[in-house]
Amino acid sequence: MDKLPHIWCPGCGHGILMRSIAQAIENLGLDKDKVCIVSGIGCSSRAPGYMDFNTLHTTHGRALAFATGVKMANPELEVIVITGDGDATAIGGNHLIHACRRNINITTIVFNNNIYGMTGGQYSPTTPTGDLGTTAPYGNIDRPFNIPELAAAAGATYVGRATAYHANQLIKLVEKGIQNKGFSLIEGLSVCPTYYGRKNKKGSAVNIMQWQKATAVDVKVAEKLSPEQLEGKFLIGEFKNTTAPEYTEEYQKIIDRFTKER
Amino acid sequence: MKNNNIKLMQGNEAVVEGAIAAGMRFYGGYPITPSTEVAEGSAQKLPRVGGKFIQMEDEIGGMAATIGAALTGVKAMTATSGPGFSLKQENIGYAAMAEIPCVIVNVQRHGPSTGLPTSPSQGDVMQAKWGTHGDHPIIAISPGSVKEAFDLTVRCFNLAEKYRTPVILLMDEIVGHMREGIRIPDASEIEIIDRKKPADNDNDYLAYKVEEGECVPPMAGFGDGHRYHVTGLVHDESGFPVNSNAVADKLCTRLMTKIEDNIDDIVTYEELYMEDAEIVVLAYGGTARSAKSAVKKAREKGLKVGMFRPITIWPFPEKQVKDFAQKAKGIIVAELNYGQLVLEVERVVKGTSDIFHIGKVDGDIITPDEILSKIEEVI
Ligand SMILES: Cc1ncc(C[n+]2csc(CCOP(=O)(O)OP(=O)(O)O)c2C)c(N)n1
Ligand code: SF4
Repeated sequence: MDKLPHIWCPGCGHGILMRSIAQAIENLGLDKDKVCIVSGIGCSSRAPGYMDFNTLHTTHGRALAFATGVKMANPELEVIVITGDGDATAIGGNHLIHACRRNINITTIVFNNNIYGMTGGQYSPTTPTGDLGTTAPYGNIDRPFNIPELAAAAGATYVGRATAYHANQLIKLVEKGIQNKGFSLIEGLSVCPTYYGRKNKKGSAVNIMQWQKATAVDVKVAEKLSPEQLEGKFLIGEFKNTTAPEYTEEYQKIIDRFTKER
Repeated sequence: MKNNNIKLMQGNEAVVEGAIAAGMRFYGGYPITPSTEVAEGSAQKLPRVGGKFIQMEDEIGGMAATIGAALTGVKAMTATSGPGFSLKQENIGYAAMAEIPCVIVNVQRHGPSTGLPTSPSQGDVMQAKWGTHGDHPIIAISPGSVKEAFDLTVRCFNLAEKYRTPVILLMDEIVGHMREGIRIPDASEIEIIDRKKPADNDNDYLAYKVEEGECVPPMAGFGDGHRYHVTGLVHDESGFPVNSNAVADKLCTRLMTKIEDNIDDIVTYEELYMEDAEIVVLAYGGTARSAKSAVKKAREKGLKVGMFRPITIWPFPEKQVKDFAQKAKGIIVAELNYGQLVLEVERVVKGTSDIFHIGKVDGDIITPDEILSKIEEVI
């Protein structure tokens, strides 16, 4: 409680996303001492500061690299990474694809607000083409990443997406992500009324959440819809759920080879 | 009875042996010449002792993983050269601020940029000290032989654990790739220091609270049952960020003083013929080997010349250099760069003695004859 008031703006979606993660951890009944939450730098990455676990606030973009060291050194820890869209896919893009490729047992939740919030509204790798940012005053010409597609292609074994509006669904996805033995990535679409919202005339936080509600389509529902019906929509839900050898277990096999020899 | 475990090995290989003897159980890095043998040796040896090796996607990741591992309570190391050292800097600063013990080996190579990959250089002296942003202390140690590469790697881990700080083993390619026979000491002959941990029943653990009479806080490992927050932001005793001038001042000052107040414990050096030396050759790392033979040759000619070799580069052996500068007429600083440690010597000596410099940047070593002719020129 002495950490309050928190640093987030009124209406920010990051608090809802953070709460969903805490709820997922509680639902799974994890031992707090064995949970480690790692973040980079950004509005999103301040979340671990409000959470009662082993918490690590690192350098911009490097959360997954720090987390990889934590998980490798002590695989008993349930390592959860909270990162922003810029943190995860711009400066930290390389660490992201390699963590996916290794299939190391870490669960990553990307708080995507489509903008660089902490530095005041510059465009990010997920800002939609044509949208405005302080460094895209004439409209963003970059093409955005689709983070779940990126993670799935790079080898993550569990991939999903929900929004601040669909917080209950997010809880479920995070739970399953944590239970997945391998690298899990869940995108949480956030709400940034302050920078993204205001710059792009999206209205209040409530308006943005109503837009999330109206525009999101669950993948399972989407399977039955035509391309025309999906025009202008985005997908949420569980996109990928597969298995592959997990990295720390594979390394343990190498260690075991030597202990068995003795 | 002393063992006869004598092995012929490279400096880089001796680093791996020393690190494992010191208790290293995690290595995270990215290969780069002339440091690659440190990664290769670690990959081979670590799983045999239950440790972990990971080749990260780049040097930034290697440094980050090393810090992450250290936070779980293990002794962790990374190794690199020139360009990779530059990449690690932001996270070295993080380790300094968050007080994470870890060892960074930099087998210096010729630069700037990719320079001459397999040629020796000592051009990262100032980067070791000031490479990351902001004010922070650093410990950097430079071995001059294969045996020392072993011993000083152990020392790096000990200092890292004792002072909760990143420690840099500032090697050069001369020592890194040189082969010498060394006796590997028994475990019982090696002094090992481990970080101080909080008591198991310390339920009010404040991660950054320094106990009376100590200079650093005890450090819990993640997973040990003391949940706490680690950040590179200015933080109070609990570890949580606070935006306060007073807290910032207190924290940054303590980071400096924990090193400065213990300089006598940290600083080591070697002296040769210093009692009556009129000219002192100051050299470090591989270059000190040339300096040593030059000084011996000079003595054979009846010249009053001595050698001072800083082993601890940072903090600089200020007191010792000040002392001999009072007596010596001149100091010759020999190093493989345009003039880096010589600046520190000038700062310390403050005009009490003449200072001469031998700097070389062509990728070759400084020969004993080059140093000898400088001695004859200035004496
Ligand atoms: C090396 C480095 N470069 C740049 C910054 C400045 N910076 C801080 S946060 C941030 C962007 C954060 O954006 P995002 O990850 O999307 O998180 P958000 O704040 O929007 O939640 C940037 C560029 C930094 N701290 N470190
Ligand atoms: S700037 Fe945006 S993302 Fe950051 S706290 Fe404010 S609303 Fe949230």
